[in-house]
Amino acid sequence: MRKIHDFHGGIHPVENKHQSLHTPIRDAGIPAELTLPLSQHIGAPATPLVAVGERVLKGQLVAEATGLVSAALHAPTSGTVTAIEPRPIAHPSGLPAPCLVIASDGEDAWCELPPPCSFETLERPELLARIRAAGIAGMGGAGFPAAVKLGLKPGTQVETLIINGTECEPYITADDILMRERAAQIVRGAQILAHLVAPAETVIGIEDNKPEAIAAMCAAAEGTGIEIAVFPTKYPSGGEKQLIELLTGKQVPSGGLPMDVGVVCQNVGTAAAVADAVEHGRPLISRITTVTGAAVDEPQNFEVLLGTPMSHLLALAGYRAADNPRLVMGGPMMGFTVPDPGVPIVKTTNCILAPSAQELPAPPPAQACIRCGLCAEACPASLLPQQLYWFARGREFEKAEAHNLFDCIECGACSYVCPSNIPLVQYYRAAKAEVLQMRRDAQKAEHSRQRFEARQERLEREEAEKEARRAARKQAAEEKARRAADAGSGEADPVQAAIERAQARKAAQAAGAASEENPLQKLEKTVVTTRERLEKAEAKLAQARSEGADHIAALETGVEKTRAKLAAAEQALQDYQAQQTPAEPAPAGDAAQAAIQKAMAARAAQANKSPLEKARDNLEKLEARLAKSEARLAESRAAGEEEKIVEALASSVERLQEKVAAARAELAAEES
Amino acid sequence: MIELLVQHPLLAALLALVGLGAVFGALLGYAAVRFRTEGNPIVEQINAILPQTQCGQCGHPGCRPYAEAIAAGEDINKCPPGGQAGIEALAQLLDREVVPLDDEHGEEKVPQVAFIREDECIGCTKCIQACPVDAILGAAKHMHTVIASECTGCDLCVEPCPVDCIDMIPQAQTLQTWHWELPDTSNRGADIIATDAGEAA
Repeated sequence: MRKIHDFHGGIHPVENKHQSLHTPIRDAGIPAELTLPLSQHIGAPATPLVAVGERVLKGQLVAEATGLVSAALHAPTSGTVTAIEPRPIAHPSGLPAPCLVIASDGEDAWCELPPPCSFETLERPELLARIRAAGIAGMGGAGFPAAVKLGLKPGTQVETLIINGTECEPYITADDILMRERAAQIVRGAQILAHLVAPAETVIGIEDNKPEAIAAMCAAAEGTGIEIAVFPTKYPSGGEKQLIELLTGKQVPSGGLPMDVGVVCQNVGTAAAVADAVEHGRPLISRITTVTGAAVDEPQNFEVLLGTPMSHLLALAGYRAADNPRLVMGGPMMGFTVPDPGVPIVKTTNCILAPSAQELPAPPPAQACIRCGLCAEACPASLLPQQLYWFARGREFEKAEAHNLFDCIECGACSYVCPSNIPLVQYYRAAKAEVLQMRRDAQKAEHSRQRFEARQERLEREEAEKEARRAARKQAAEEKARRAADAGSGEADPVQAAIERAQARKAAQAAGAASEENPLQKLEKTVVTTRERLEKAEAKLAQARSEGADHIAALETGVEKTRAKLAAAEQALQDYQAQQTPAEPAPAGDAAQAAIQKAMAARAAQANKSPLEKARDNLEKLEARLAKSEARLAESRAAGEEEKIVEALASSVERLQEKVAAARAELAAEES
Repeated sequence: MIELLVQHPLLAALLALVGLGAVFGALLGYAAVRFRTEGNPIVEQINAILPQTQCGQCGHPGCRPYAEAIAAGEDINKCPPGGQAGIEALAQLLDREVVPLDDEHGEEKVPQVAFIREDECIGCTKCIQACPVDAILGAAKHMHTVIASECTGCDLCVEPCPVDCIDMIPQAQTLQTWHWELPDTSNRGADIIATDAGEAA
């Protein structure tokens, strides 16, 4: 017989368990619509794998686990996915959460499942994979993904595997009835878990207020080496840390995990689900839920599909809504009020409590703390609830943290014994949340600071680079100027020289103009200067080529042009000389000259014309242009050219039409 | 020498004290050089309390400059995003009086996040240049968007936007951000008799 230890504090509230134990587990059937919240567990929400309108079969994977701490979701029955949207869920906030809605077709057709097998033949990773694939999350109430808890680091030695059948909270009997009716399955689950974590001993812990369950479990565990440990009833002996202390005498360190003292703890419901998943390949799609309280006619336990609306279960149990001021999910100690009876059953819903107003009256107004110390006596975590209360109320969260606020399991024992009816647990929950929020804020602030500093640094670096480039350019320019000055230092100042040259040229020109202009000299001079320019340009080009500069092309065209000019100048000189020799008048230059002359003549003629004639001519010209434009427009329309082009043409035609109209008006005015 | 000291105890005491002073002075001088702290450590501590929104509502170009200003004696109530909690933390750190937030610099608001109405964005990059934490993504003539998880809600991007397509949206409460509130103790009269409640109702 195992030595049963004791933990500090604890209370003995009225159990109220017998009401729901008169009848065996009842199948809740298939509701018309199932709502599966994507987050029914602690950790990251699952990612949907199906689309709206898709048909799903019972047991089909509909949402997969994302990340390490997460759990998969399966269709609880066959049907059609009708929505993936936020719906109200069982959460104290009453906020909606993303849900996958399935309209059941009533056929309850299973998808293909992995073949049944015996766990002894499976390797550890394979077993874990099966548990993970089945989407099992702690069924006791916390909902921690089972596969994560069981996925031990290599080399860790587990002393004790504890299967938790305590169920210490009043009213709840889901585990009790499971142990009574499905003891063999739980024991098989325990064996699988033991196979997985290889503990030195496996213990199933049950409170002594469940004699039928104890008898059933003892019978089932006969000869398996699994020990059934029975201990006195006390709330909250079902708390993980309290149960570990009860059965092993070891205390889980503050902020630590059971694994730190070599213990793995799983709920009996989880063990049953593991057995189902490993032996039959069936995923977690249903659970046992207690429906109890004075506001239901037939309190009992249901085997219910996940996603079933609570109202469906309540209707089966004979719910009288008028007698029930508030509906609670979980037990009276740790449960919370559900915002709406339509919210779905999830993996962690072990109880729906519909108490009457007399049964669970609204909490009386809180009175001042009288420092009686009853809370400290009741606290199973050996904390100082009174101190925590003062710190939380005074918003001195750091001090509360220093008083081990985070070791509080929120069991409600302190609030239960408080003679002043102070809602202590609510203070601790709020304080915990504030601290977590502050930590998140601090983390975000730190992150923002890093980003801000990185940005400042980047801006400074860019500025410095820009400055460096500018300085380099400035230096290069100065260098160049200095070099140029050095090269020109042999002669006079180059600028001065250029000015002088220009002045000389001007003077010469003026002299030339003053004297009889000599066209021959002029032409000769042109030829000479052009040749000089050509030579210079060629030298430059050669230099550029040897340096491989990138403006060679430009220089080349320059050289070409200069050469052409030189040729033209030489030609002109020859022409002039030939002209001079026969002493004949030069023929009327080239075509350009002719055109200029023509234009000048036309202008002269225009000048001589009367305004009336001018207007008429103008009109004629405009009309011709309009005709041309219209033809072009028609052509491009016919050719089906781009819309833009057609539009542009059309607008130009319009403009011309306007101009023509204006010209007509002008002409009319002139004529009159 | 010893005789002299014995005959003049005053001189002996004086010499001893001067000697001790010299020794400890040298020790302190050495320690001051050897264990010199870089920068002003109080600035780091103040900066750690400030919310790092870099919004400039305090009149300084970022949180760190304000931290430096506080260390130099400036008021601690100029940071609206830090709120009263921030002022209290600063007051505790610096042992100063807790003062209410200075309205001149803005009021405490719920955390916000910038949102660009993407249809209206013309891709001018002005908001990108204004963002102190590089939380806006985009390129010239391409639509910009805010990386919500990086946004500090400083609203510095709102003003430069030429087409007013940036909204500051209060962060919606989600299941992740929801938490229990402290019980309301404000309207509780001390004279309520517990047994009266419930029964009468």
